[in-house]
Amino acid sequence: MINKIAQSIEAALAGTPDGATVMVGGFGTAGIPGELIEGLLAQGAKNLTVVNNNAGNGEQGMAALLKSGHVRKVICSFPRQADSYIFDNLYRSGQIELELVPQGNLAERIRAAGAGIGGFFTPTGYGTELAKTPSGEPKETRIINGRPYVFELPIHADLALIRAEKGDRWGNLIYRKAARNFGPVMAMAAKKTVASVHEVVALGDMDPEAIVTPGIFVHQVVLIDRVATQGGGFKS
Amino acid sequence: MTQYARRDKEALAKRVAQDIADGASVNLGIGMPTLVANYIAKDREVLLHSENGILGMGPAPVSGQEDYDLINAGKQPVTLLPGGAFFHHADSFAMMRGGHLDICVLGAFQVSETGDLANWHTGEPDAIPAVGGAMDLAIGAKQTWVMMDLLTKKGQSKVVKACTYPLTGIACVKRIYTDLCTLECTPKGLKLIDMVEGLERKALSELLGLELH
Repeated sequence: MINKIAQSIEAALAGTPDGATVMVGGFGTAGIPGELIEGLLAQGAKNLTVVNNNAGNGEQGMAALLKSGHVRKVICSFPRQADSYIFDNLYRSGQIELELVPQGNLAERIRAAGAGIGGFFTPTGYGTELAKTPSGEPKETRIINGRPYVFELPIHADLALIRAEKGDRWGNLIYRKAARNFGPVMAMAAKKTVASVHEVVALGDMDPEAIVTPGIFVHQVVLIDRVATQGGGFKS
Repeated sequence: MTQYARRDKEALAKRVAQDIADGASVNLGIGMPTLVANYIAKDREVLLHSENGILGMGPAPVSGQEDYDLINAGKQPVTLLPGGAFFHHADSFAMMRGGHLDICVLGAFQVSETGDLANWHTGEPDAIPAVGGAMDLAIGAKQTWVMMDLLTKKGQSKVVKACTYPLTGIACVKRIYTDLCTLECTPKGLKLIDMVEGLERKALSELLGLELH
């Protein structure tokens, strides 16, 4: 029998090793698996590389994980937010490494990892500072049909933490509104994907035509209480 | 000295909206470009795209109805129109990079006369770099339009011969809508589309420090 429903966040995250690369879903405040991030902090793995669109805001969730000193490096597209002061201070004091990736390249590099693609040529970033590796070497480029492209590598992860709306014991998931964002691609790119859901349903209850992430990409499903997503990260 | 009045933010948004055709799919960047949505003529059906996975985005919700799972790229609450759809990030950026989006409207620090764009980083050593979707948008849409004030607070033209700020994309801007004029970027340089009343071609060219074709 296949049963991916975890009894607790602690159980779902057990065994996360030091040095792991962890993808964390969410864009702005939507789709952030806050409870799983807290669980990762409590689990205590250190020297982590975190892949996320942003780099935390306020004091909770990702910001708390960064503050703990458990994170060595952040790979993201937009670390600067109205209240991202924890990341800002760590970055300015040289306590955290940043690899900045254009958002579409970030999504596609994650997708590529999940799809078994060894790399791809993208027009995004050609001729810019971000067509260089983090150490400053120019990335490979190629002109294809007269258009210039930059070669980008996939981003693989040991663990993905994502937030979905509903799940079943096979790991099938559906999401809520724009909280879907990076969830489906991150689920594909990690050796182990843990999804938090607000509802666990019986097999067959979700319309098979509407399932967004098929269970093969998901390893653990954790039920958490529904709390309305809070705003933040923008100037009001 | 010639007398002319600048277009204010609303007038500029209205000017941009005028050029968005019925049926277009459009991404409006964070900040001033967001205002354009308020001025799209009622008889034009325009699909608004948001990079975080929304097509058919509607206006801000009424107070008390905010749902922070339904936000725009600026993280502010929005609504979904009937017929609107949600999708994941790789699909959302495929819509740009794949050339499916008709227009994107972005802000800018500088634009070169041949359409190079600089809008993501001031390059100052203590600035925290953040790019978001700017580079994908700049090169992805069928047409990239910039919307900005023509001059900096110090009176220098933001339309330049060559950008001094770090680039977002090369030769990617088609049109520049400013408080004083509308310009088209071409491989040969700038083409004047329109300018505010009272401003003359020669005076504008002097403000720009560039030739107009």
